[in-house]
Amino acid sequence: MASLVPPPKLYTDDVSLIVIILDTNPFFWGTLSNTSALTFSFSKFLNHMIPFVNSLLLLNQLNHVVLIASGVASCGYIYDSATAVASDGGQKVPAVCSEILSRLEEFVAKDQRLGKGDLRTVAGSMSSLFSGALSLALCYIQRVFRSGMQHPQPRILCLQGSPDGPEQYVAVMNAIFSAQRSMVPIDSCVLGMQHSAFLQQASYITGGVYLKPQQLDGLFEYFTAVFATDLQSRTFLELPRPVGVDFRASCFCHKKTIDMGYVCSVCLSIFCKHHKKCSTCGSDFSHGHSELDRKRKHSEV
Amino acid sequence: MAANGDEKRSRREDAGGEEEEEEEEENGGMIMEAWERAYADERSWESLQEDESGLLRPLDTASILHAHYRRRLLRRASAPASSRIQKGLIRYLYLVIDLSRAASETDYRPSRMVLVSKGVETFVREFFDQNPLSHIGLVIIKDGVAHRLTDLGGTPDSQIKVLMGKRECSGEASLQNALELVRDYLGQVPSYGHREVLILYSSLNTCDPGDIMETIEKCKKDKIRCSVVGLSAEIYICKYLCEETGGSYTVALDESHFKELLLEHAPPPAAIAEYAAANLIKMGFPQRGADGVIAICSCHKEAKVGGGYTCPRCKARICELPTECRLCGLTLVSSPHLARSYHHLFPVTPFNEVTSMLLNKSNRKTSQTCFGCQQSLGNHGSTSLHVSCPKCNQLFCLDCDMYIHESLHNCPGCESQRESRSYDAKA
Ligand SMILES: [Zn+2]
Ligand SMILES: [Zn+2]
Ligand SMILES: [Zn+2]
Ligand SMILES: [Zn+2]
Ligand SMILES: [Zn+2]
Ligand SMILES: [Zn+2]
Repeated sequence: MASLVPPPKLYTDDVSLIVIILDTNPFFWGTLSNTSALTFSFSKFLNHMIPFVNSLLLLNQLNHVVLIASGVASCGYIYDSATAVASDGGQKVPAVCSEILSRLEEFVAKDQRLGKGDLRTVAGSMSSLFSGALSLALCYIQRVFRSGMQHPQPRILCLQGSPDGPEQYVAVMNAIFSAQRSMVPIDSCVLGMQHSAFLQQASYITGGVYLKPQQLDGLFEYFTAVFATDLQSRTFLELPRPVGVDFRASCFCHKKTIDMGYVCSVCLSIFCKHHKKCSTCGSDFSHGHSELDRKRKHSEV
Repeated sequence: MAANGDEKRSRREDAGGEEEEEEEEENGGMIMEAWERAYADERSWESLQEDESGLLRPLDTASILHAHYRRRLLRRASAPASSRIQKGLIRYLYLVIDLSRAASETDYRPSRMVLVSKGVETFVREFFDQNPLSHIGLVIIKDGVAHRLTDLGGTPDSQIKVLMGKRECSGEASLQNALELVRDYLGQVPSYGHREVLILYSSLNTCDPGDIMETIEKCKKDKIRCSVVGLSAEIYICKYLCEETGGSYTVALDESHFKELLLEHAPPPAAIAEYAAANLIKMGFPQRGADGVIAICSCHKEAKVGGGYTCPRCKARICELPTECRLCGLTLVSSPHLARSYHHLFPVTPFNEVTSMLLNKSNRKTSQTCFGCQQSLGNHGSTSLHVSCPKCNQLFCLDCDMYIHESLHNCPGCESQRESRSYDAKA
C-alpha cells in the first residue's frame, strides 16, 4: 500500500472515504425477485452498484471506497480500494469488478453455511446483521481518523433492503450515536418495500440523506445523483428531504417495535406493557401509581 | 477520540496561567512575554518520564493512554452490577452560580467568573449527554439575593445563552437565599425525579437573612442532594451542607482541577433508594413529520410548515420534545433520547489482553488482522499487544478496543453473529 501512494497526499475537501454497507440477505433478495410487481434480482442490483463504486473511484483519484457485507449470519469486509490497488497495480475497471464479485460470492456461500445450522434464522428472522456491519464501518473509519491530521472525509452509505431486526435496536442506536459524535453522516438507500425506522433515525441523527427510490431500475441514476456527492458539495445541492422520521423503539421484553410503552424511571428501559418489576435493573413498581396525575396537576399551575 | 484531543489541548491552555498570576491585569490573561508563553503553553517538562534507573525519557503517550483506559474499564466492570445500574437517571438539577464580588477575582485565569461560565457550558452539555431525560435550571447569587436565570429545562443551548449574557459580578453571596429559592422550585418536580443542587461557590462567607441551619434541615427533609464545588478555600458551612444532604464537597486547586471536579457531577450519582421512588412511566415515541407538510400544532395553536411530531395516541401535533401531550396527557419523548443512556445498561464486556507469542501458537496464520478495522496485528512496532473479546473470540487492535468501549459500545464481533444477541442477561 505504502509503495504506490505518493508520500504527501493532497487531501482537498472533496476527497471522500465511502464505506458502503451491502445487504446480502438471501431471503430479502429472494422475495424481491419473486414479487410480480418488481422483478429485481441481486445480480441486477450488482449491475447498478459496481459501476457506482467505479464511478466513485474515478471522481477523485484519492477517493477511497470500502465495501462491507451484512449477511444473515455474519458480516465481513468485501472490498477495500486502498489494498486492492497494491495487488493489481492500477484501478482497472474489470479488476475492481471481478474482485468484488469473487469476494462477494465467497462471503455469501460462507454466510449461508453459517446460517444453515441456526434454525431460528430459517424460521423467519428475515433481518440482516445491520448492527454488526455498521459497527465494522465505524471501526474502519476510526482507523482512517487515526492515520494522520489529513484524511479523506468519511461517510457511510447503507444499501439495505431487509426489514429492521428489533433485537438489534440498542446496538444500532449505540452505533448511530457514535457516528454522530465522530461527525460521520450515514446515508441510506432503502431497497425494500417498507421504510426502515433504523435508517430513518440514522440519517436524521447524523445528518445523512435518506432515500427510498421509487424505481429500482434507475438505481444507478439515484446513486450517482444523490449519494456520489461529497460532503462539501452537499451544501450547494438540493438533496432529497426527509419524508419524516419513524422514532419507534423496541421493547426490551419481547423485542417488539412500539410507539407507546412504559419506561422505567430508574434505568429508562422500555417495556410494551406494565410489569411489577423492571427486568433490567430490578426496581419494584408495585407502589405509587398516582405519579402522572400529580405531575400533570403541577404543570397546569 | 477527536474530542478527547481537543479537551486535552484546552485543559493545557487553561492550566497555563498559574505561575505568573501577580503580573496580570484584571481583564488580561492574554498579555504574556514570549518566554512565559514557552513555559505556559508547552509545559515541556510534562512530556518527560522517569524510568527505573532515574533517567528522563520522552513519554510514550499511546501506551500510557491505553493503560489508563484499561484501568478505568476494569474498575467500571468490577463494580457490582447493581450499583452500576441503579442510577438516578431522571435528575432535576439546579446549578447555582456565585456571581458575588469574590467571583471577579483573578486568581484563576482569566477570572473566576469566566472560568466558571466556561465550565458551566461544558458541564451542561455533558450533563444532557449523560442524563437524557433530566432537567437543569440556572440560579445566580449576587448582591445578597438569589435570582433564577432559567427554568428547569431540557435544552442546553438556551441555558448557556442566558448565562453568557449575565456575567457581571457584584455584592455579597447568600447561600441561604439560594437554597430557599431552589427548594421552592424543586418542590414541584415529580417524585420519581432526583432533586439536586450544585453550587459553584467563590465566596468565603455567606450573607444570610436568617438561620441557615434551618434551611439546611429543610433541604435534608425535602431530599435535595446539595453539592458544592469551591473556588477559594474550604468553608465549614458548605461542608456541613453537603454532609447533611448526602452531596459532595470539593475545592478546586487550579483551573483544570476545577473542570475535573465540575464534570464529576455529570454522570448520574448512585441513586439512594429512598430518595426517589421507582416508577413505570407511560410514554409515547412520536413520529417526526415530513418536511413541507402543513399542520396546526396543539401547543402554539398555529399552522406550521414541516417538522413537528405526532402524538401516537391522539395524533395531535406537537412542536418540540420532550413534552406532555396537551390533549391526552401522554408523556412524549424522543426515543433516541432514551437510547443514549442504554450503553450504561448493557456495557461491552472488557476484552482480554493477548500477547503476540500466544497468538502465533494458537493460530495457523501468522498475519492476523484486527476484526474491527482490518489493521494487521503483526508488525505493530514495540507494542505487540492485542485484545480478544471473550464472547466472540475475535481479535482487536488496542485502538479499536478503546473505541469500542469508550464510544461505540458494541462489540463488532458479537454483533456480526446470530447467536449472542446483545441485550439479555449481560448485566
Ligand atoms: Zn414487550
Ligand atoms: Zn429499570
Ligand atoms: Zn407549537
Ligand atoms: Zn396525545
Ligand atoms: Zn482495529
Ligand atoms: Zn465480541
